[in-house]
Amino acid sequence: MDEIAMENIEAPPAAAIAEPADAPEFRVKMKTRNVNVHYAEKHALRDVSLDIGEREVTALIGPSGCGKSTFLRCLNRMNDTIDICRVTGQLELDGQDIYDAGVDVVQLRASIGMVFQKPNPFPKSIFDNVAYGPRVHGLFSDKSDLEEVVVQSLRKAGLYDEVKDRLGDPGTSLSGGQQQRLCIARAIAVGPEVILMDEPCSSLDPIATARIEELIDELRQNFTIVIVTHSMQQAARVSQKTAFFHLGDLIEQGETPQIFTNPRHEKTQGYITGRFG
Amino acid sequence: MSYGAILAVLLALTVIGFYLGRGRARALAAGSRTRLHSLPGYYGAHVAIWIALPALILFVFWISFQSAIVEGIVWNGLPDKVTVQGETGQKEALAPERKRLLIDNIANYATGDIVSGEITPLVKQGAARFLRLQALSSWIMAAAMAILAALGLLAAYRSVSPAMRARNRVERAILILLMVASTVAILTTVGIVLSLLFEAMAFFTKISPVDFLFGLEWSPQTAIREDQVGASGAFGAIPVFAGTMLITVIAMIVAVPVGLFAAIYLSEYASRRLRATVKPVLEVLAGIPTVVYGFFAALTVAPMIRDAGAVVGLTVASESALAAGLIMGIMIIPFVSSLSDDIINAVPQSLRDGSYGLGATRSETIRQVVLPAALPGIVGAVLLAVSRAIGETMIVVMAAGLSAKLTVNPFDAVTTVTVQIVTNLTGDPEFDSPKTLSAFALGLVLFLVTLCLNVIALRVVQKYREKYD
Repeated sequence: MDEIAMENIEAPPAAAIAEPADAPEFRVKMKTRNVNVHYAEKHALRDVSLDIGEREVTALIGPSGCGKSTFLRCLNRMNDTIDICRVTGQLELDGQDIYDAGVDVVQLRASIGMVFQKPNPFPKSIFDNVAYGPRVHGLFSDKSDLEEVVVQSLRKAGLYDEVKDRLGDPGTSLSGGQQQRLCIARAIAVGPEVILMDEPCSSLDPIATARIEELIDELRQNFTIVIVTHSMQQAARVSQKTAFFHLGDLIEQGETPQIFTNPRHEKTQGYITGRFG
Repeated sequence: MSYGAILAVLLALTVIGFYLGRGRARALAAGSRTRLHSLPGYYGAHVAIWIALPALILFVFWISFQSAIVEGIVWNGLPDKVTVQGETGQKEALAPERKRLLIDNIANYATGDIVSGEITPLVKQGAARFLRLQALSSWIMAAAMAILAALGLLAAYRSVSPAMRARNRVERAILILLMVASTVAILTTVGIVLSLLFEAMAFFTKISPVDFLFGLEWSPQTAIREDQVGASGAFGAIPVFAGTMLITVIAMIVAVPVGLFAAIYLSEYASRRLRATVKPVLEVLAGIPTVVYGFFAALTVAPMIRDAGAVVGLTVASESALAAGLIMGIMIIPFVSSLSDDIINAVPQSLRDGSYGLGATRSETIRQVVLPAALPGIVGAVLLAVSRAIGETMIVVMAAGLSAKLTVNPFDAVTTVTVQIVTNLTGDPEFDSPKTLSAFALGLVLFLVTLCLNVIALRVVQKYREKYD
């Protein structure tokens, strides 16, 4: 997988929406059925059933407070860290129920990485930021192996060339866009299968955003990606599948071109044409 | 005229001035407020400030200098030959203490306080003069204040015009008020330091600073007679500071881990409900008066430690450093825990999320992300706690001993800087003996040490704050 990724870093990014010619047939990576989320009394998500395809980018769109981030956080059980949050329904990763009592949440989050809205590098060096996951999970045999993992992860996140001479600098010294790519590298270093991104570009300028979008398109070769975004253009550019949420309901899901050119549901139509939201 | 009445009249004048000023501004506006620069209330406030402020400033100065002036006049009015406690002498040749005594006697007799020695006609005569002068002085003051207030009222009232920027002037007056308030705190500190400094200087003329700072023996009793026993009068402060350090170290060994772990538990693990109950309970510890901790240490903990030591064959002094240190540590726990709790809570949630999102467990996240991010702040909190422990007095007065022993054995009795200050200054101290004055020198050094610690701690905390806000 490293070989492929490295070749792709050099190659120009593929066209945003077009399916790759050698695309494997659609395989469901994560399956969710009738997911309901309550925050104390508030019913935040109602009966959401959505399939997330392997090595695809699935975009979750919708107005603020529609439950898309809540849904994203269900996928790696980040909602567990909130006391008042209750999740019911069926959520599977490769056919395994991730809310099963026997599931090791910590291991689950290692295979489902997450990138947050605001870049949140740890107050450590660039190197230590990326090495954090491998160190916690013991994913390396010796020092040179760890260095290899860090360098590869930074390469895949398209950041290596910019920081290779200053891996010892604090992660917080990077620009916003670089910090976000550092966070992506940090997630990749653990070797996840799925990467969840919660509005990864919302605090970045257009150039840094374009760079991240290119990166997402490259990462699709190796990872299943779910991205929450407020920008419909971004959803259209980077995703293959799009799901539209509104007030806690999943209104419509389907192929991205179809959602944006020929939405079936009236609310979707209204949202993507900017009539509300 | 009593001061209360004077101030009440001034207050009434101020209120009247406010309504006058506001009324005039309203009249000027003649219904359309837009012509005035400020709201009518600001014109009223401006007038009120001009009435109250100059008169108040005069009041403060007058009463701070009045007694000195009145006493001076009384003194000058006395005949040249005066009698003090059976002694008779020329007024000019009287020793300063004698002069002070006489004046105090006169003032005390005048106000009905207890007078030392017999009441001579001289004292009676002086007291009458004293009372007369004081009454005169307060009348003059009241008159001067009235004139100032009237002038202020007149000037401010006449200045009310649509173009006058009353709002901005009131703003300036508020700024000055706030500045004065903060200056009072600073000036008080300066005053304390100066008074410490002067007495310490007096001490250092008797004992060399080198002997004091580096001497290894502390035994402040000075001999009154030649043949007295145990009156060596050695003033080497090292054992005293060593005692303070020993007790502080013991206290920190207790307080830092317990306080820090409690803070981590409360901020990272405890449910909201538990946190809401446990935190106030922990803070109750901070509300216990230190004197209560002191007798708990002296009467409960120290004997317990001594008996426990006896069981395992250790000789433990009944006023061991361990007992005082333990209890002081417990006293400081809430201090450490609530400061650390604030600091840990200030670490952004996004960092924790980032770590959880990578599959780290809770304790891994705390150890590798939260604590390193909070470390500078925690160091600051610990330094503040140390300076608190060094300056703590009541617990050690009750639970630590008086013998200045240079030791690191926690089962021994040691004494501390604060204990020595208290014992050397309480009772009936003579202000010309080095024993008494040594308290000021100890206080000065103690003050410098805690000041340094506080400055360092605040610096560290500040540096940390800049990073996340």
